[in-house]
Amino acid sequence: MDTRAFANRAWLFVVPVMIVVLFSSLTPMMTVVNYSFQDTMGQNNFFWNGVGWFQNLLDPTTAVGQRFQGSLLRNLLFSAVVLAIEVPLGIAVSLCIPKSGWRVGAALVLIALPLLIPYNVVGVIWQLFSRTDIGLLGVGLTAAGVPFNVTQDAASAWFVIIVMDVWHWTSMLALLCYAGLKAIPDAYYQAARIDGANRWSVFRNIELPKLRKVLVIGMLLRFMGSFMIYTEPFTVTGGGPGEATSFLSIDLVKMALGQVDLGNAAAYSLVYNLITLTVCWVFFTYTTHADQKDAA
Amino acid sequence: MSSSSVLSAPLGAASAAAAPTARRPSGTTVGIALYVLFLFVPIYWLVNVSFKTNTDILSGLSLWPQHPTLDNYRRIFVDPEWHASFVNSILYVGINTIVSVAVALPAAYAFSRYRFVGDKPLFFWLLSNLMAPPAVYAMPFFNLYSATGLFDSIWAVALAHCLFNVPLAVWILEGFISGVPREIDETAAIDGYSFPRFFVKIFLPLIANGIGVAAFFCFMFSWVEQLLATTLTTVDAKPIAGMMSRAYSAAGLDWGLLAAAGVLTMIPGAIVIWFVRNHIAKGFALGRV
Amino acid sequence: MADITLDGIGHAYGGAPRSEADYALKPIHHVWESGKAYALLGPSGCGKTTLLNIISGLVIPSHGRLLFGDRDVTRLPTEQRNIAQVFQFPVIYDTMTVAENLAFPLKNRGMARPQIEKRVGEIAAMLDLVPDLGRRARGLTADAKQKISLGRGLVRSDVSAVLFDEPLTVIDPALKWELRSKLKAVHRALDLLMIYVTHDQVEALTFADKVVVMNDGRAVQIGTPTELFERPEHTFVGYFIGSPGMNLLRGEVSGAEARVDGHVLPLGAAYPNLAGGASVKLGIRPDYATLTQGEGLPVTVTRIDDLGRKLLAHVSLGGAGAQSLVASVPRGMGVDLGPARLRLDPAKTHVYHDERRVEGRSLTAGRAA
Repeated sequence: MDTRAFANRAWLFVVPVMIVVLFSSLTPMMTVVNYSFQDTMGQNNFFWNGVGWFQNLLDPTTAVGQRFQGSLLRNLLFSAVVLAIEVPLGIAVSLCIPKSGWRVGAALVLIALPLLIPYNVVGVIWQLFSRTDIGLLGVGLTAAGVPFNVTQDAASAWFVIIVMDVWHWTSMLALLCYAGLKAIPDAYYQAARIDGANRWSVFRNIELPKLRKVLVIGMLLRFMGSFMIYTEPFTVTGGGPGEATSFLSIDLVKMALGQVDLGNAAAYSLVYNLITLTVCWVFFTYTTHADQKDAA
Repeated sequence: MSSSSVLSAPLGAASAAAAPTARRPSGTTVGIALYVLFLFVPIYWLVNVSFKTNTDILSGLSLWPQHPTLDNYRRIFVDPEWHASFVNSILYVGINTIVSVAVALPAAYAFSRYRFVGDKPLFFWLLSNLMAPPAVYAMPFFNLYSATGLFDSIWAVALAHCLFNVPLAVWILEGFISGVPREIDETAAIDGYSFPRFFVKIFLPLIANGIGVAAFFCFMFSWVEQLLATTLTTVDAKPIAGMMSRAYSAAGLDWGLLAAAGVLTMIPGAIVIWFVRNHIAKGFALGRV
Repeated sequence: MADITLDGIGHAYGGAPRSEADYALKPIHHVWESGKAYALLGPSGCGKTTLLNIISGLVIPSHGRLLFGDRDVTRLPTEQRNIAQVFQFPVIYDTMTVAENLAFPLKNRGMARPQIEKRVGEIAAMLDLVPDLGRRARGLTADAKQKISLGRGLVRSDVSAVLFDEPLTVIDPALKWELRSKLKAVHRALDLLMIYVTHDQVEALTFADKVVVMNDGRAVQIGTPTELFERPEHTFVGYFIGSPGMNLLRGEVSGAEARVDGHVLPLGAAYPNLAGGASVKLGIRPDYATLTQGEGLPVTVTRIDDLGRKLLAHVSLGGAGAQSLVASVPRGMGVDLGPARLRLDPAKTHVYHDERRVEGRSLTAGRAA
């Protein structure tokens, strides 16, 4: 009974959020949906195109379909690689963060800094750093005899983009894990000492299980972040050489704003969005499910 | 709740530091030092270049400026367009942070305290916006803001960033609010507080940390996002990134200017981190550990 | 299995103490005898957990020596002492089953598999955990989790002592009783030295053979539950143990008589060692201060508490400013607010000087009547 009585008031609280987010989310989305089912001969004359754009997009034999599939696979590979590096590295860094004294604050401030650098500046930093004429990394690798050229060689471009993402985002995972580690009561460590557990065993049986929750959040954020990455790689490689580092967002922006291919871009957007939404939904149900299991 | 909690601080320090062997602290110190080095070498390189003349930059590699100069910075400081771009960036970030946290607060309270028809789908829908790729929105935002006359204003960017910052703020605040016992709400009601008075006088101070954390993240994500910020502006509301892209065009790359601008964009972030340094760890848990 | 000796063990956090107040634990000498059950009882922050952590090695004392038998273990790390400890909140390894949890301390010490299984089986049977052995520990109730923590403490047969740090804090009151009797049974079965930290006197008095009462970093009395109740050596013990605690009245003593608020009270012993008219405190438990219908001190009843099993009366010894105490009302006696008569049992009235009990010289038995 009282939940029902409260319901009206609760909706009132949500209204401001609804207005703001509806304006910035639903209205643009309607435009996209609109474009995705229509075609134009120019002059703002639109006609119904049904699922034509979607068929086009999802058929890998068409030019657009090929582009989409290529970008999607590249993007999935990129996400997989950065997650595989950043998650273990983030955990390792969090275990290295000092536990007490002034060094804690110092370490946290230093570690957090890359997170607050504008994405295009991150790109500039790594573009500068990896150039073979004036960049420390580029010059260093070349001097060491490694064939390295970001603008010509796909492997070099991928290497820089992955290292850049690791540089940019590992700190977030490290800070999340550090917060998770801080929440473990001392009694667990004391009990482990009394039980004669070694360092690895403490990590495996106490720290890692307690990090599960923050790691799920961190992995989701990193998956999403890497799956919609745009500015940083675009600044460094412009999607090249060729299509080598053209990820979904880079490809989409090129299509929508560069080529103004509205129908294809709209269908592209919707499918792209649907993929992120599905992942988000899986995460949401997984965490609520896990929470309920913990509460039980 | 007894003496063990009183003692936990010194105990924790002792057990953590002295745990398995005497060698471990130095191992972790080396680890953290290497990581910080990895983070700062590229940043140093940017700073290094920003203090060089363009001739110096292009004449070959040097680990520090051979002829240190502030000229790159001077060029930024004397140019009103650069000023304006910094002011624009700070303004839309500020507006976005305030709007996001303000509208998110009551919603987060509602999600935390009440069950109402459609609460779960609504929460999921909000979160899904957090996960929407900005690239998807670049084109429709362009159309929407052109149609509403908001295009090329700081409000366009501030509102566009609400797309992901409002859901983020709701999510963070919901976590912190759920950490405040519900009995406090009930006690206040019994003590005769009206709801608005309770919310402002009692509740807000209790979740001050959460508000700080939410504001920090809104600031962070609005400050670093560039795709929407540059797509939705041309002249009047041009952000720093827009100005920086100018250094690319013209006659080759103006590396010195670009590096100096890059260094300057790191300062607001560094200042914000410095202020929240004691809350970073808690903050990054987003109220959910 | 051996005695554990505290040889002048004291601890001050942060090194050198400048005064007594700097000690979290003031230097103490005590021998914990093997096979006995002890309780460390005291209010929060009295140093009992510090003492426990010194024994388990989580805290290295700044003063004194700790001996297990003849072996000096003062600076030995926890894992090299044969100690088991159960904490306030259940500590379980989330990802392991109950059986794996119980086996963990044995596995870490390299015990052979068949022996581990046998031992785990025994302990699980003792704690009624057998049906849960194959389940994941994470999903269990708080009391089951605490039983697992307990089991991990008991599973090693070579331990010198099992330490309990308020282990029943998070347990449902209804289950507390059951777990506590389980603990007693385990103690009898395993014949281990057990030290049990608590601030709950009922827990301490029902569990332990001997109770160490601590206050402000100091062990104020070590004794059996009966001793603590009948002859508190320190006013703190009198006040802390018993519910309600001992009545403490300011007064003066000369010989075998005490003066309190103008009344003269007979004592069970003479105190020639106290200077005549010395200012002291008289301690008497409410059980030995009874309202009577016959002779007695004239008092005023100001409040009556009905505890169901018994009636307690709060009485004032006189007019304004006079001291008051809690007295018991004999079964069947009607009592009302207002004037009444009070009888204090002289044999059970203790004299405290400077908060410590003063031993008197006994009188002839006839005097006490």
